[in-house]
Amino acid sequence: MITLSFYSAAAASLLAAVSGMLAANSGIAEQSILPIGLPDLPFHLRLDALSGFFMTVIGLLSFFVSIYSVGYVKGFIGSRPVTRLIVFYCIFIAGMFMVALADDALFFLVSWEVMAAASYFLVMFEDEKTANRRAAFLYMVVAHVGAIAILLSFGVMAGLSAGFENFSGFTFDAMRQAEFPVRWATAAFLLAFFGFAAKAGAIPLHVWLPDAHPVAPSNISALMSGVMLKTAIYGMLRVTFDLISSFPWWWGAIVLTIGLLSAVMGVLYALMQHDLKRLLAYSSVENIGIILTGIGLAMIFVSFNLPVMAALAMTAALYHTLNHAMFKGLLFMGAGAVLHATHKRDMDEMGGLIHRMPWTAALFLIGCISISALPPFNGFVSEWLTFQAFLLSPSLPNQIMKLFMPMAAALLALTAALVAVAFVKVFGVTFLGHNRSGDISHVHEVDRHMRAGMIMSAVACLALGILPSLFIGWTDILIEQMAGARLSTSASAGGWLWLTPIAPERASYSGFMVFAGILAVYGIVYAILHVNPGKIRRGAIWDCGFEKLTNRMQYNSVSFSMPIRRIFGFLFFIKEDVQITKAPHPVFPVKLHYYLRIRDRFWFWLYMPVSKAAFWVSRKVGRLQQGRIQVYLIYSFLTIIVLLLVKSL
Amino acid sequence: MNGSIVEILQIVILIGLAPAFAGWIKVVKCRMQGRTSPGLFRPYRDLAKLFSKDIVLAENASWIFRFTPYLVFGTVIIAGAVVPMLSTNLPLSLTADAIVLVGLFGIARFFTALAGMDIGTAFGGMGSSREMMVASLAEPAMLMAIFTVSLLCGSTSLSGIAGTVSGAGFIAKPSLAFAFFAFVLIALAENGRIPVDNPATHLELTMLHEAMILEYSGRHLALIEWAGMMKLFLFMAIGSALFFPFGIDAADNISGIPQAFVFLVVKLGAAGVVLVLIETGLAKMRLFRLTEFLGSAFLMATLGMLSFFILE
Repeated sequence: MITLSFYSAAAASLLAAVSGMLAANSGIAEQSILPIGLPDLPFHLRLDALSGFFMTVIGLLSFFVSIYSVGYVKGFIGSRPVTRLIVFYCIFIAGMFMVALADDALFFLVSWEVMAAASYFLVMFEDEKTANRRAAFLYMVVAHVGAIAILLSFGVMAGLSAGFENFSGFTFDAMRQAEFPVRWATAAFLLAFFGFAAKAGAIPLHVWLPDAHPVAPSNISALMSGVMLKTAIYGMLRVTFDLISSFPWWWGAIVLTIGLLSAVMGVLYALMQHDLKRLLAYSSVENIGIILTGIGLAMIFVSFNLPVMAALAMTAALYHTLNHAMFKGLLFMGAGAVLHATHKRDMDEMGGLIHRMPWTAALFLIGCISISALPPFNGFVSEWLTFQAFLLSPSLPNQIMKLFMPMAAALLALTAALVAVAFVKVFGVTFLGHNRSGDISHVHEVDRHMRAGMIMSAVACLALGILPSLFIGWTDILIEQMAGARLSTSASAGGWLWLTPIAPERASYSGFMVFAGILAVYGIVYAILHVNPGKIRRGAIWDCGFEKLTNRMQYNSVSFSMPIRRIFGFLFFIKEDVQITKAPHPVFPVKLHYYLRIRDRFWFWLYMPVSKAAFWVSRKVGRLQQGRIQVYLIYSFLTIIVLLLVKSL
Repeated sequence: MNGSIVEILQIVILIGLAPAFAGWIKVVKCRMQGRTSPGLFRPYRDLAKLFSKDIVLAENASWIFRFTPYLVFGTVIIAGAVVPMLSTNLPLSLTADAIVLVGLFGIARFFTALAGMDIGTAFGGMGSSREMMVASLAEPAMLMAIFTVSLLCGSTSLSGIAGTVSGAGFIAKPSLAFAFFAFVLIALAENGRIPVDNPATHLELTMLHEAMILEYSGRHLALIEWAGMMKLFLFMAIGSALFFPFGIDAADNISGIPQAFVFLVVKLGAAGVVLVLIETGLAKMRLFRLTEFLGSAFLMATLGMLSFFILE
């Protein structure tokens, strides 16, 4: 049953991905109206290049994850019922596709809620734990605050496009054709950006994300981090570039600022984590930040009418969208494999898993290299394109922007470097060294379905890394629709092997050559050295001659990030405490207890006041409730009098 | 055709001369400090000795530990193929621009840090953690320095930059000076020289890079040491290409190559002396003072970029 349902989900996702791929490539918009929905408000569907692109992203990862799920969900058999998981899994994927296909505000919001509700139940899957219930609740609250903002934004646009008296403005077509006054367009954009940023987990609206993503089953975490966040990116692009379509430069500056803030803070928070899945969740915040940075740049370039640069920045953003889906999906699937095999999420209890799970380790490593933006894998290409877009910013006519750009580029560079630290830590602590919690001989490699899901995404990571010109050719029409210029002619001027975004003498990169070159040198050097190789003797660890080394003396995730904690500690709430038990002799301590707690400052700055205020207001309002019928009758009586007064004025 | 010959020649020079450059630094340093030097060719003999030795591998070393030396060696050679040392006319220079070069050093470091953690010793983890910390501050500074120069030249390709800077009509700007100063600081950090790291030490409290590769032996160690020498050599070549590209041949012919080679040797010799002066004049910094050192490099580079955007 499990096999059948996940195979059909995989097939459906693949179909959707293929149709999306074709739609994005041809750029033809296909519309249809479904005879369901409310009276006079039928559901409109539309498949154009933009939705085709996101259908591809969602479909591809859903396909990989569905294959993976066949093996992963079998692990729950015997411990808990899985029917709920399977049903909501399929509804969740369907909801994401519907969001990408919706062509009116009503259907969009219905799909949006279907997606949110399905993922809420998936986060609640292991609902016996308090932390999970709390995380799911927080997720629901933030998702709905965001949904209200999106609803209001659509309301503004619909009302302005066809008047507030009738409903005909609710289709995206009507909004597309309308010209919005700047003030109202800004209101609509800010509302939509707030709503979508809440869903995307951009800082400061991210607090739900590191709670909700890790507690869901890992296949769900992969989908949530990999593609659900991308529906928010889709929404932003749809509203700004398609529905509103002309905007001042400072909208882009807002997106860029939020993007950079998310990128830097996201990776620093990720570095402080020791829970594997929580770290990955924070890293999604960071990647959303990088995508927003690209979109913000593109918006700035578009508003100053610089189409080629806008095309470059937009390509970088979309490329990173697809890349992040692939490697974050891979990493969450890998984390799921580790969880499946060890039943642990805390990295500080792991270590040495590479010997027990060689496949998972190698595939997870590919994910780590890709996300750390190292050549020749895919993360590097999108990062490189973003940097190239930054380097074109001197042609901006605005002085403020010019001052801002070097800082922005510096922050992005810092982010890229810190990600590598975070993922050396993840891989090193989890898979390398000795195990920190004792015997791991029972740990075994995962089954072939789980491996297949991970292998496919790893291959996608490599392919996207070494063949970027194919991607640029594929998104050409989409980029032209959004930015007003194409890249493909200049980007593949030197042939498919070389990526030359603007001109070959300006910048060029060939992931394929780097990959082939490293392999070739490896092969040659290996061959030369193994003509007459010296013996390899296995021996005990040398460690500068120190003796009595135990596994607990290895660096763990807390000690690994200690230097970074010292440098960037002022950004967090850090409570550190060392308790030394000195009895019986004051000179020779017998026990040392180290206590460390790191908390998100945004929680105290932003959320605590809001939740306190909410409680305060409800307490005050609660006083109305007396429990006596006479009092309530007085309330109704007073209300009627007030209404009559208002009416008569 | 000529391009390919130059390309091969460059890689041969990089592989062949890097140990001599390391030896030159040792010789000058010994002179400076009033010691007798082991001679220019000491590094060659060290490498030969290491290659001929057997390997002792720790019991739980995984494939990552054994793969890393080859990968590190490979990335440095790929980097060497794109840095214009003799000529800007390199057929492979399209493969990687300056940003990719930083990425190449990044992947070598990524794997070295993993290899440090692979054995599961306290020193290895310590070295990885500290090296990654230094890198996380040095790498953005390096990128900013490169960005500043590429904004001036309108190109991130190293050959393009070298061509523009050495070309007629190029006027040195203040931003270039900022970038150069930042680059010097970063080169010290990236290559593990004093005041960031002490390449001559094996004392656990002072080592960064050495701590990660403590467990290596035999040909693995030889490859890593050799790659380290080549990296130092390359950084000098990158500095020369970005800031002092005079003498680098631009035309597509072989006849200019001997002259370019002479220039390269002279520049490297001078760079070695400067490096020794810095290393002899300074003491190694405490680890957490490094943030100030690297932070100032980052600041310099950002200032350079800022001055480009505002003044130029």
